[in-house]
Amino acid sequence: MPTAISVVIDALPYLLQGSLLTAGIVIAAMFIGLVIGTFMAVGLVYGNKIVRFLLTGYLWIFRGIPVVVLLFLFYFGIFNFLGLQFSAFTAVTIVLGMTTGAYQANIFKGAILSLPRGQFKAASGLGMTDGQAIRCIILPQILRLSIPAWSNEFSIILKDSALAFVIGAPEIMARTQFVASRTYQHLAMYITAGIIYFILTWAGVMALRKLEQHVRIPGYSTNGS
Amino acid sequence: MNNDRHAILKCTNICKSYDDQTILHNVSVELTKGEIKALIGPSGGGKSTLLQCINCLVVPDYGEIVIEGHPIDLNRKQDLYRLRQQVGMIFQDFNLFDHLTALDNITVALRKVRKLDKAGARNRAMLELEQVGIADKASLYPAQLSGGQKQRVAIARALAMDPKILLLDEPTSALDPTLIGEVIAVIKGLADKGMTMIMATHQISLINNIASDILFMKKGRIVEQGPPSMLLGCGNHSRSQGFCDQLNDLSAMEG
Repeated sequence: MPTAISVVIDALPYLLQGSLLTAGIVIAAMFIGLVIGTFMAVGLVYGNKIVRFLLTGYLWIFRGIPVVVLLFLFYFGIFNFLGLQFSAFTAVTIVLGMTTGAYQANIFKGAILSLPRGQFKAASGLGMTDGQAIRCIILPQILRLSIPAWSNEFSIILKDSALAFVIGAPEIMARTQFVASRTYQHLAMYITAGIIYFILTWAGVMALRKLEQHVRIPGYSTNGS
Repeated sequence: MNNDRHAILKCTNICKSYDDQTILHNVSVELTKGEIKALIGPSGGGKSTLLQCINCLVVPDYGEIVIEGHPIDLNRKQDLYRLRQQVGMIFQDFNLFDHLTALDNITVALRKVRKLDKAGARNRAMLELEQVGIADKASLYPAQLSGGQKQRVAIARALAMDPKILLLDEPTSALDPTLIGEVIAVIKGLADKGMTMIMATHQISLINNIASDILFMKKGRIVEQGPPSMLLGCGNHSRSQGFCDQLNDLSAMEG
């Protein structure tokens, strides 16, 4: 029987290929979530009753159902029903994107509500339309404010992406399980997978922290003093 | 009809209530070109709401607003945008856009609303910053400016839109006493140039020196109206007089 070390070393390129797929899923899902979340937040704050009602319904559905249930529901159920032939990768990306979209909507909504109301008033007072005020004044400020919470959401989605293995997307977790069950090196293989996830999380969070500093508004402190 | 030709802005029977609390009861205000009205009275009297109703930042429940002979349809967004482009607003707490430099605070509306190109907007913005004496601070962000400088940027921002009327909502109330002077000087400069203004203020020097008319507001109604010489004249026991005496006593205590 091969040693744990040699199994890990042999499996590493295979796992790293999987981490590219994981990174692809997470980046695409976070981007979809960013778009959905931004539009939803604007609708939740500035929309009329009907818009708010519909968006709140969306929020409750995606917050109230486990990701793994959503994954099965969409991959085997809804996408099939609609006649869409999505790969496991695409399906996971869309489902995670819609899920994180709901959470990001709440992040952005909170940020919009935390802005002084005078910002919107000042823009309106200059004759800007509501759309211009939201695009040019509100969003640039709230997206900056949201980076720490967004980075948190990123780390959650990165780990949720491991669920993709249940529908057979060949990402880190699926490949780890495949190797572990063939070599019986469960301990070594799952430690390796854990380390890869940890490094991906760390790198992503650090990159977002850099971004936060890069877009910081001069004169505002970021350390609470 | 002769009066109407000179009235730049005419607000008639403005009513506004929130839930079951009525903030404004049938308030009417009329402004002729170059006129400066001071809005005074105890806080909670509706001064701020009235100013915001005039440019529909708060849309009145009832009432008519006519600007330069054009009635505004309160239910049409386009009408509200058009009205606000012609009526500038200065806020007590400045409300500069925190993510933009002093210069871009001014250019953003020039570009989006007036559709100027980048260079045109920049030139106009620099001109306005020079007018209020802070062209050297153009590249600083609001958090890097003092209160007086912020308010001067806010005034420059409003003026860049070529408003026909300027509304000032307690423009000096959030300022350190030592910084009030620079903002008052700018406002006096505007008065000298013939800017039409309505300002809610507790600043006696503004009320006495530049206002042509005083409106005393209390509990959502204009209870007294007249030129300062009449309302604040000796031996006149008007409410405005009593109120201004209180303000004077306060500033004497501070001084």
